Parts: sequence; structure tokens; C-alpha cells
Amino acid sequence: MRKNIRLITGAASALAIAGAVAFFSNIAIAEGDKKAASDEHKEGKALAFDRKKGNCLACHIIKGGEMAGNIAPPLMMMKARFPKKKDMKAKIVDPRITKPNTIMPPFGAHSVMSDSEIDKVVDFIYSL
Amino acid sequence: MNKVTKIIATSVVFGLLPFATVQASPDEDLKALQGFFEKKFPDVKDGDFINGVYAIDEKSREQWEEMEEMPPYELAVDEGKELWAKKFGNGKTYADCFKQDLADIRVAYPYHDEDKDDIMTLEGAINSCRKDNDEKPLKWKKGKLAKLSAYIAFEGRGKKIDVKVETDKAKAWYEEGKTFFYAKRGQLNMACADCHVYYSGNMIRGDLLSPTLGHTSHFPVYRSKWGSLGTLHRRYGGCNKQVRAKPFKAQSRQYKALEYFEAYMSNGLELNGPGSRK
Ligand code: HEC
Ligand code: HEC
Repeated sequence: MRKNIRLITGAASALAIAGAVAFFSNIAIAEGDKKAASDEHKEGKALAFDRKKGNCLACHIIKGGEMAGNIAPPLMMMKARFPKKKDMKAKIVDPRITKPNTIMPPFGAHSVMSDSEIDKVVDFIYSL
Repeated sequence: MNKVTKIIATSVVFGLLPFATVQASPDEDLKALQGFFEKKFPDVKDGDFINGVYAIDEKSREQWEEMEEMPPYELAVDEGKELWAKKFGNGKTYADCFKQDLADIRVAYPYHDEDKDDIMTLEGAINSCRKDNDEKPLKWKKGKLAKLSAYIAFEGRGKKIDVKVETDKAKAWYEEGKTFFYAKRGQLNMACADCHVYYSGNMIRGDLLSPTLGHTSHFPVYRSKWGSLGTLHRRYGGCNKQVRAKPFKAQSRQYKALEYFEAYMSNGLELNGPGSRK
């Protein structure tokens, strides 16, 4: 019981911070859109690189990202790895499905990102 | 709790650990973990794990060695020395509380006190000493307590870590620390062991991850990121926060158990505190 409360408060405050970050980055993106409406994965890329959101670069090399860690395989040619996009999404929502003890955070299962944010990240990663 | 769930929970935590079998004794754990790191880092010379990331990264080691020529903790050690000698209101000093010679104090901690069934840490002993002499306790994570700890660590350099787990009660504390170390926690769901065992030697974003071996040898530490000296439990709190877990209080039961486990895993290594880190 105690544990649950702790987890929920933790998640709630993380969400509060996350909310604030999303708010600011949305403004940035809205302004960016006026300049370059063509870049369709811009938001997903920003979420994937944002230290408070995906922070995928902490562990994965991703094209266009700097200072990547080397804990995990580079995210490239994802269509070949995951013929079905929804399988790749499932891995990001909860990577424990294929590797129970993985270091990769359960982004959906622990509400690190919202479902729509994850969809944007998925679209970006799947394009690589 | 019924047995089945317990077994499942443990196998998730320890599932991929070839060396941490559920029934292992502390001594078996120690041999297995030290063996694991010797294999993982064959180039690290005997005993060099006390230097953290600098033991496994030549590039940053050079900068660090330059920094150590004018150690950033030097002033703190001097201040700690003054604090150590300063008389309490009742005319006594810290030296009256400790039965060992100054050079033998650091190596005596942490230990399990059988009567109190508690883990005694150096910082805990300093504040107990103050309490016994009607002085106010010091703040746990930095400041005067860290400076006293730094002075005692400095005087105790070169002794070899020799933590004992001899009784059933002590073993229970050890197990608690071990479980904490291997358990996933926080919104990001990571264990100490993820970063400081399995992926030690890898980069997490811009940071190289150190092996747990030697983690306790050089505390308190002057960290450039903090701009000050901090105790081991301050660092534990920081590592919990990184994975968005609620940190425990310095000198909480959880962190004492963790210190006991990590220090035991470093048995045989030399004490080299205080240290300096990025
Ligand atoms: C703390 C480390 C860490 C972070 C942060 C992380 N990952 Fe991972 N990821 C891993 C590891 C380790 C693996 C390989 C082991 C596994 O399958 O769990 C992996 C595997 C994957 C895979 C499967 C790759 C394959 O070829 O099977 C995908 C897809 C993936 N990650 C996407 C992401 C995305 C997207 C993010 C950010 C939103 C992210 N990861 C953040 C560590 C991480
Ligand atoms: C997300 C990764 C991560 C997790 C999980 C993590 N740490 Fe750390 N830890 C780091 C990084 C990065 C550093 C700084 C580089 C280094 O020394 O390893 C660090 C440093 C430390 C240090 C200082 C090392 C030194 O040489 O001074 C200690 C001690 C430590 N961690 C203990 C722990 C403990 C105990 C836990 C679990 C409660 C833990 N860490 C969990 C990433 C992590």
C-alpha cells in the first residue's frame, strides 16, 4: 500500500514536470512549424532526444543526436528489425515484454511519456 | 507472502545474474562479483578499482591526476582536523569517543552492532559522539560532518577494507542491502546493478559508469558538480533521484544496509578517502 502511494506521487510529480516541459516545447514547435512545416518527425525527434522525456540517446545512438551512450544497439533500420510498427511500439511501451530484466525504462507502463507522445517517438524512430 | 510469489520476484531480480545465486553466502557473492569485474576489466591493475571511473578510462584519468596534485578537498581536511580537536562544551573531544587510534577509525566502519542490531557508520558514530556529549547533531550529507569524515578518512588511508558479516542478524542486514542493490526502482525502473554492474564501463549519455567495487573506498568525495564535499549517502540519494525514485534519508535503514553491502563487496581494497570526482 505504502509503496503504491509512493509510486503514484513519484509519477505524479514527474508528470507535472513533464507537463511543463511539454508546454514549452510545444510553443517552440509551433513557432518552428511556421518556418519549416516540412519536417514531419520534428516533434517525435524532440521527444526522443529530450532528457526529461525519451532520453533515448542516454543509451542508443540515433542519427542526428549528439553525445549518445553506448549501452544499447543503435536505432537504425527499424523497419527491418520490426516489420510491424506496433511491435516496435510495444517494445517502447514496455521493453520487459521481450527482456524482463532490461535496463530500458518502461516508457508507457510507467507513464514516462503519454500514449500520443510515444506514438510521435515511434513514428520518428520507425523512419530511421 | 507465499513462497511462489517470492521465488518469482527473486528470479526477476537475479534472473540474469550468473553469480548471485539466491542461496549464496556473502563470501561467495564477494568472490563471484570480484571475479566478474576482473574478467570484465582485465586491464585494471590489482586494487585500482578504488579509483572509480578513472580506473577504467585513461583519458579522464590524466585530468583527474592533475587535479589531485592540488586536491580540492585539502581545505576540508584541514577544517576537519580543527573540528576534531575543538573541545565540546564539557571539555571533551571526539577522540574521547573512539577507542581506536585515529588511523584505525575509518577502517572500523561500517560494522554490525549485535546488541543494537544496527549498522554503525562513521558518520553515525560522529553524531552519536556529539549526542553523548550534549552537542547538537550535525547535518548528514555535507558541511562539518563531511569535513570530519574527510579528516578521519585521510588519516586512515592505506588500510584495507575488511567488513565482517558473521552473525545471522548481520547477514539479514547484508541481504537487505544486496536486495536493494539489485532491485529495480523509480519511474525509470533501474537497479544500482544495472548501471554499476551489468553496464559499468559503458557510457550513459555523457557519463561513464563505474563498477560498484571501490564505491565506498574514497568517501566523502569532493564533486565538482556539487562544488563541495559530500558523504556516501548524499551520492546514494542522487543516484536514486536520477531514476526518478524517491531518495531515502541519509543514514536511513535502507542506505545503511546498502553501505554495508557495497563496502563488503569492496573487501580487500585500500581505503583512499577523501576523493575527488567529476
Ligand atoms: C537506459 C537505457 C535505455 C534507454 C534510455 C532506452 N533504451 Fe531502448 N534499449 C536499451 C537496451 C539495453 C536494449 C536492448 C535490450 C532489450 O531489448 O531490452 C534496448 C532496445 C531497444 C529497442 C529494440 C531494438 C532491437 O533491435 O531489438 C528499441 C526499438 C528501443 N530500445 C527503443 C528505444 C527508444 C525509442 C527509447 C527512448 C524513448 C529508448 N529505447 C530508450 C536501453 C535503453
Ligand atoms: C541510471 C544509472 C545509475 C543508476 C541506476 C545508479 N547510478 Fe550510481 N552513478 C551513476 C553515474 C553516471 C555516476 C557517476 C559516474 C560514476 O562514478 O559511475 C554514479 C556514481 C555513483 C557513485 C560514486 C562513485 C565514485 O567513484 O565516487 C556511487 C557510490 C554510486 N553511484 C552508487 C549507486 C547506488 C548504490 C545505486 C543504487 C541505489 C546507483 N548508484 C544507481 C549512474 C547510476
